[in-house]
Amino acid sequence: MSELTLAKPRTPRRPAARRNNFELHSWLFMRISGMALVVLVLGHLFIMNILDGGVHRINFGFVAGRWASPFWQFWDLTMLWLAQIHGGNGLRTVINDYARKDATRFWLKVLLYVSMVLIIALGTYVIFTFDPNITD
Amino acid sequence: MTATAEVSTGSRGNQPPVPDGAITVTVKIRRFNSEFDDEPRWDSFEIPALPSDRVLNLLHYVKWYLDGTLTFRRSCAHGICGSDAMRINGVNRLACKVLLKDLLASGGKPTTITIEPIKGLPVHKDLLVDMEPFFEAFKAVKPYLITYGNEPTRERVQSIADRERFDDTTKCILCAACTTSCPVYWTEGSYFGPAAIVNAHRFIFDSRDEGAEERLDILNDIDGVWRCRTTFNCTDACPRGIQVTKAIQEVKRALLFKRV
Repeated sequence: MSELTLAKPRTPRRPAARRNNFELHSWLFMRISGMALVVLVLGHLFIMNILDGGVHRINFGFVAGRWASPFWQFWDLTMLWLAQIHGGNGLRTVINDYARKDATRFWLKVLLYVSMVLIIALGTYVIFTFDPNITD
Repeated sequence: MTATAEVSTGSRGNQPPVPDGAITVTVKIRRFNSEFDDEPRWDSFEIPALPSDRVLNLLHYVKWYLDGTLTFRRSCAHGICGSDAMRINGVNRLACKVLLKDLLASGGKPTTITIEPIKGLPVHKDLLVDMEPFFEAFKAVKPYLITYGNEPTRERVQSIADRERFDDTTKCILCAACTTSCPVYWTEGSYFGPAAIVNAHRFIFDSRDEGAEERLDILNDIDGVWRCRTTFNCTDACPRGIQVTKAIQEVKRALLFKRV
């Protein structure tokens, strides 16, 4: 009689506990950044799309005028970072939930982290080095 | 009608007389036999039943009088042992606690009841699933009293309020209805699942127990409580009415504020 050597289907591949608070902190971050983003994003949308003629007044000069103020620089920078990390962390949990293979999970996460870093870096660079007197 | 058609293939011989007031309902059962089938298939049976019958009675009728090969678990048949959790019309229920009258189509239209095995666990045969991964998660949270120091000479006394604190989660019968209704568990079997967290909660909030820290540590990991998306499927599925999602939230809160 031959022994059945097949792996049990859906045997949990539960890794050893990491014994740290990373998941707790990321869960907490999602709640706090979510609340901050409600104000930041809705405020941004209101200013950009509704106030004073809305989207039609937006041009190079408008953006230059806004970013002359450190307040709006800070607003946009916070929004960029929080939205990127909030959305990225959300996608990380989606990947953890739904990727079946370790390799798929790994590469999807690499793609996610690379895109997060690129967008955060590019956005931050633009906000800080924006030149209102640019001439072509 | 040929003679063979009248011969029952069930395990108890001929069909019993149809009782007064019986209605014929269609029961659609998801069948799978790992020895012969590559894919699950649906079998339909026409069954005369009373509105006061339970879904388990319909399954018995199929097994006893129509098709003896139908395989399912059941033991006490009164909602205590937790053997017969299954997906009835798309939701997890105990077959012995669902009455036919609650499933009847409105306006006297013909009724079809679909019955599937609980999702997320490997199917052995028909409605019978391998419960081992489920019990593995249950065992992993140390669901037993942990104490240190000398044994007291008398019983471990507990106030009524302290006992009340975890009363809800003592009701669990380990039927797996909650865990297998969880969308996170369907796609990622390494998640502990609601039932394991409920049973951890039962000891974490027990004033006599001293292992809360160990259990909270286990549930603080990636496969622990932070995986819960609060979809409330578990609370809806629990045949004992345990507020499962609330219990999970209480464990999260205990972790967040380092306070039990």
